[in-house]
Amino acid sequence: MRYVLKKTATMLATLLVVSLLLFVAFQLISGDPATRILGTGATPESLAVLRSELGLDRPLVTRYLSWLLSFAQGDPGVSYVYNQPVATLLATKIPVTLVLAALSFAFMCAMGIPTGIICAKYAGSPVDRIVMVANQVIMATPPFFSGILLSWVLGMGLHLFTPGGYVSYETSVPRFLGYLVVPCLAIALPRAAQLAKLLRGSILEEAGKNYVRTAYSRGNNTSGVLFGHVLKNAFLPALTFLGMSLGTMLAGSLVVERVFGIPGVSSILLASIGNRDYPVILAIVVLIAAVIVVVNLLVDILYKVLDPRIGEE
Amino acid sequence: MQDAPLSQDKPILAIRDLHLEFHDHGRPEVVVEDLSFELRRAEILGIVGESGSGKSMTALAIAGLLNRHALDCSGTILFDGVDLLHCGRATLRRYQGDEISMIFQEPMTSLDPLQRIGMQVEEALRIHRAELSAAERRKMAIRAMAAAGLPDPEQVYGMYPHELSGGMRQRVMIAAATVLKPQILIADEPTTALDVTTQAQIIALLRTINAEDQTAIVFISHDLSLVRQLCHRVIVMRKGVAVESGASDEVFRNPRHPYTKALVDAIPKVVLER
Repeated sequence: MRYVLKKTATMLATLLVVSLLLFVAFQLISGDPATRILGTGATPESLAVLRSELGLDRPLVTRYLSWLLSFAQGDPGVSYVYNQPVATLLATKIPVTLVLAALSFAFMCAMGIPTGIICAKYAGSPVDRIVMVANQVIMATPPFFSGILLSWVLGMGLHLFTPGGYVSYETSVPRFLGYLVVPCLAIALPRAAQLAKLLRGSILEEAGKNYVRTAYSRGNNTSGVLFGHVLKNAFLPALTFLGMSLGTMLAGSLVVERVFGIPGVSSILLASIGNRDYPVILAIVVLIAAVIVVVNLLVDILYKVLDPRIGEE
Repeated sequence: MQDAPLSQDKPILAIRDLHLEFHDHGRPEVVVEDLSFELRRAEILGIVGESGSGKSMTALAIAGLLNRHALDCSGTILFDGVDLLHCGRATLRRYQGDEISMIFQEPMTSLDPLQRIGMQVEEALRIHRAELSAAERRKMAIRAMAAAGLPDPEQVYGMYPHELSGGMRQRVMIAAATVLKPQILIADEPTTALDVTTQAQIIALLRTINAEDQTAIVFISHDLSLVRQLCHRVIVMRKGVAVESGASDEVFRNPRHPYTKALVDAIPKVVLER
């Protein structure tokens, strides 16, 4: 419990530092949002009025604290360009991206973990060799490319799915999820290949340890040794990878959303970067950071649950 | 030093012409050559020799833990009418942990670091006595742990290996290996990694197990003074060959083979005169 509290405190501190750095960074590279909004032809008077409306004439620290307070309450400010609250702009988009990333993560585990176990169990066999070669190829294929390829094969070739036929979750949740299957595959495949390879190696390494010999000496068969002892030990190195993967998958989602025409965070993020719409960018980036930091906290807690040796002096 | 075992009935384990040869290193390498011996009920048999003498491979062969793919094996290891060297893996597993158990040189790494002690002590019960309830298993495990000299077994039951000292872990290994009161316990240098005091305690524990449960013990060691203290009979191995065997007292007092002589001469005199 103390371990969890300690880790949570570290997580909150990390988030604060990250948000402060991002906030300051956006102020530094900002240019002038007022000029951006009113155009270069605006009079100095109207610029000054807008600046004070946006609160840009206040000191940096004050602005950061008031931003932080309202962000924590779910209000990350108002978009310069759309003149709408950022919260409203993102409300329908964040769930899409999160579902895409979470589903990809689930796909990665569902494909990577069994593949790793099977390859380790039959290490050196033809199955293992073929899968490992295929793995190497898949690992080297970026999601946007496998996305295009999958669209082509599954969509144009086999007519299993309609490229561009996105259905909003507000219309139909099953059809929404159905459309996400192929994009999720594209995101998950390279990570699943890496996970399989990592887990295979980790299992084989554990299999050479002394406790495995002990387990056999008690009358275990291979499955008993694998599922009773080796797998849990072999899973520890994979856990860190899983934690890092979610960050990668969020980033992968942003790219794949473009390829498959999914209205997630990607489109508005890219538009806002083009428009220098800093409140929107800041909100998205801080949210992504928050997701990654929280996932890392979960990984730390899972480590503690799996490995009694952690967190003891 | 022990008295000879009371029962001189027919052997429970008979090894005939055991020949083990690695063939996965390019050129073949003989590790055990034409080894024959018998183990009687309730006997403590020592196998001594330096590293590479084949003593550990012999132990692994009896325990059924050899990687048969990497080895050429011939001869027989006869237990309960079954040749353990050539029988199927399923047959082998029936005996492993039930009738034949093994403890190892490295108590620090021979336990699963992520599993509670109790679960590991109970493992043979889960495999071989599936009909037992969890409560019955727990009771038997705690009894075995108490018999192995673990203080406060109820508490140790819920602990993890890293919370125990090396000596305690070896006691856990012994508890796990004897929870089903096997006929044969193979101990491969079980005290090498332990300090001298702990070593003496483990030796005393093995002697108790042998005396109380009539468990035959194959004690593998390079430490002649230990073997002399514990074993009824001894086999001296060198480069895969048994060079001498007999009652341990006789062998150590009157070594015939030059290699045994050299080994005996290498024991510090203080130990011999004790």
